[in-house]
Amino acid sequence: MTTVERADTASSAVGTPVLAVRDLSVSFTTEGGTVSAVDRVSLELAPGEIVGMVGESGCGKSVTAMSIAGLLPDSARISGSVRLEGTELVGTREPVLRRVRGKEIAYIFQEPMTSLNPVLTVGRQIGEVLRVHERMSRRAARARAVELLSLVGIPSAGKRVDNYPHQLSGGMRQRVMIAMAVACGPKVLVADEPTTALDVTVQAGILQVLRDLRDRLGTAILIITHDLGVIADIADRVVVMYAGRVVERAPVTDLFAHPHHRYTAGLLSASPTPGVHAGTQRLQEIPGLVPVLSTQPDACTFADRCPAADATCRESAPPLAAVGAAVTHHLAACWHPCPAPRTESPEATP
Amino acid sequence: MTVLTVPPADVAGTPGISRRSRVLRRLRRNPLAVVSFVVLALVAVAALLSPWIAPYSVDQPDFAHTFGPPGTPGHVLGTDDLGRDVLSRIMLGARASLQVALLAVATSLVVGVPLGLAAGYFRAWDAVISRFTDLLLAFPFLIMAVGLAAIRGASLANAAVAIGIAQIPGVIRVVRSDTLRLKSLDFVAAAVVDGASDLWVLSRHVLPNATSVILVQATVAIPAAILGEAVLSFLGLGIQPPAPSLGTMLATAQQFAARAPWAAVLPGLVIMGLALAFNVFGDALRDALDPKGDRR
Amino acid sequence: MARYLLTRAWHSALTLLLSTVVVFLGVRALPGDPALALAGEDRSPEALEAIRHHYGLDQPLPLQFAQYVERVAQGDFGESIRTGVPVSSMLTTALPVTVELALLAILIAAALGVGAGVLAAVRRGHPAEWLANGLALVGLSVPHFWLGLLAILYLSVATGLFPASGFVPLLEDPVDNLHHIVLPAVILGTGLAAIIMRQTRSAMLDSLSSDHVRTAKAKGLRPRAVITRHALRNSLIVVVTIVGLQLGGLISGAVVTEQIFGLPGFGKMTIDAVFQRDYPVIQAVVLLTATAYIVINLLVDLLYSVIDPRIRVTGDPA
Repeated sequence: MTTVERADTASSAVGTPVLAVRDLSVSFTTEGGTVSAVDRVSLELAPGEIVGMVGESGCGKSVTAMSIAGLLPDSARISGSVRLEGTELVGTREPVLRRVRGKEIAYIFQEPMTSLNPVLTVGRQIGEVLRVHERMSRRAARARAVELLSLVGIPSAGKRVDNYPHQLSGGMRQRVMIAMAVACGPKVLVADEPTTALDVTVQAGILQVLRDLRDRLGTAILIITHDLGVIADIADRVVVMYAGRVVERAPVTDLFAHPHHRYTAGLLSASPTPGVHAGTQRLQEIPGLVPVLSTQPDACTFADRCPAADATCRESAPPLAAVGAAVTHHLAACWHPCPAPRTESPEATP
Repeated sequence: MTVLTVPPADVAGTPGISRRSRVLRRLRRNPLAVVSFVVLALVAVAALLSPWIAPYSVDQPDFAHTFGPPGTPGHVLGTDDLGRDVLSRIMLGARASLQVALLAVATSLVVGVPLGLAAGYFRAWDAVISRFTDLLLAFPFLIMAVGLAAIRGASLANAAVAIGIAQIPGVIRVVRSDTLRLKSLDFVAAAVVDGASDLWVLSRHVLPNATSVILVQATVAIPAAILGEAVLSFLGLGIQPPAPSLGTMLATAQQFAARAPWAAVLPGLVIMGLALAFNVFGDALRDALDPKGDRR
Repeated sequence: MARYLLTRAWHSALTLLLSTVVVFLGVRALPGDPALALAGEDRSPEALEAIRHHYGLDQPLPLQFAQYVERVAQGDFGESIRTGVPVSSMLTTALPVTVELALLAILIAAALGVGAGVLAAVRRGHPAEWLANGLALVGLSVPHFWLGLLAILYLSVATGLFPASGFVPLLEDPVDNLHHIVLPAVILGTGLAAIIMRQTRSAMLDSLSSDHVRTAKAKGLRPRAVITRHALRNSLIVVVTIVGLQLGGLISGAVVTEQIFGLPGFGKMTIDAVFQRDYPVIQAVVLLTATAYIVINLLVDLLYSVIDPRIRVTGDPA
């Protein structure tokens, strides 16, 4: 554990984090017993930073995202700490959390069709946030909703404000979701698979809107995806999750250049180059399934699928520790990190 | 939200032994299901055997002992306006209720299941069958019973037919939507590609997999039919006196309410208990069959 | 939108036509000579001849049908063969009673059913959920005419709080009218309430676990706003449809309730007619019920399209 602490302190040199998640664990009580979904996850977001969280379905990334503002169902057991500008959110009373949600921490979800209320106009849904958090009048909220719609790049916003979600295209709906999320100028924006349900061409537009907002409003963005192309396109830093744990954490260029964890390496084996949007570059297939765990074992959870696993991997869990050059803040949780930078790529040869 | 990675076999709800045993296990674990099932089993046995185990003959009047309150020596539940034993009449009345209910539900299934399959499977039939459904729905069961009674005279069979016809639209609806669902599944599509005839696909692939929704529909239709029979007999449109029926017992009780108000209580309680047991069991069965299974 | 409504209207018209054919043929399906049935007591050959001529029974069937439709369209349902009173004037006195009873029952049912359904969905695992679910199951299983009987025996007769039977027209004395009709309406309403409760509960559970409710929570809305503005509003669309479909059950229930409470409505008229073999009355009753069902469900569909914008504006470029 001490290694982890030290490592975190090192990475926070970037600046005072707006959001700091420490040792967050989440488990659920279900019909079939307890299921551990997230195990001691730590991450930080500096103001204006875009952090990408990547992993397969069921690795705990969405659960982590939802737990940040206390949006998990009552069946969830949460421990650890989530601090927003130093204020603890875990265990905070519901009325206090409600003032944070939508105002300080806002969300964008995967399915823009189902995430919007089908029977209310988009203007009303955007205005609702403003009326709740900014105590705006109905008229003022509507006017602001029009501004927000143009801000996220919706043409003829004055007309669109009175549309119902089904009258808009998928990309437009996601822009509406974004407008709704940034309405109160949140410090943190959590985007859970914001582009997964959209066409490739539409995806780029949505990512551009997110980048613009970061530049203009200084919002820190946590973007959750299983699409490495999205990460390469937009993220400053990356957190790789596997079976509820963070297995690797690094600046985006470092991670793509030299993944240390075997899982990350597996994901990247057909990866795009950072900075260049590679379209629908999805995670490469790794044989096996993400295990469903009732308790987190004292072992590497990836051991069963890992080509380099040995007895150590099955006996104790590797800590998330600094790897590579110290200045890069590159951390990985692996007993046998990938030895060398991955194969000499053409541009690396002198 | 991705909370759990469930093994795919469970999500697909694969038919077969594993699923059946899981449904049974869920039912056994649900105390309400067990209690309602035991009640239903006891009632069914009592009703089946009632002609032999009823303490008295149901149409044996005893004018010396009319309107005996419950607890009358020799008549645990008392006697009615003609001095007949109430317990015996309730037992045979419950038997008649079940008879009508089963007859009605059987009628609705015999007509509704093939029509539902056809509506879901053959596009061309869908429109015609839904007009037929609309037509049936336009005649509420009581009005249907009134019409039938006017044409053919009131009887047990007419009550059952009126109730059964009224339940056809519900059967068509659930079978149709399940057929549509099954038709889109890979194994059915594969059978079609392999050149299986429509009849083969329907009888071998669609119908067996639709049994669970049909079963649930039948369990909720039975209590509705029991209540329907009671209403019709109460109004004189169903089972005809002197044949024992819970509904006619209530009608008699209404006539003599001033002399024997208690007589109105028991038959009603029996009808309610029967319907309640079926409804509770039906709910439990539906929950147990639900592949999501978290609705409790 | 327009296409949707046209299709619905066309289907309704078709169903109405088919129902009329069924009702028309129903009387022809009577065993023996329909003239005999229609004649009632007076069975002299002249009287039968007059009836045959009056109802056009001596004409070919399609022509008879056309004449029947024409008469019905003018509000002429023939005369009661028992009293000679025109069926239309019997309906004029009986219908308002039934309509009032049904409307009041729907109001009671909607208030009870939606309230309990929301409560059960929101308070999951709470004793309130068990109570609401249990009451709904009992409400679904209890014979309502029996509840009515008990209410008369143990409430009206024993306490004198409510009249046991009889009716006072609304326009004559509104207070006394309500006094007579409230107990029957409650009895009739509870059955429907149980169905509405279960539908509301399951629609609310679906709604509460939907993505847009998650969005509403993530926006920082109060639970109250999440439930009413985002979950209930969408669930009500389902509930409205259910009320429309349950109309048949409501009509059946009204017939029995009127019979028990001695309300001089449509239902009592129907049952009396069956036992008196008053065929013109039965024919009118059946046709009218079918028409009411079809028309009201068409109206429900219109209402549906008003509540749900997805239907209202179909055809708009998406």
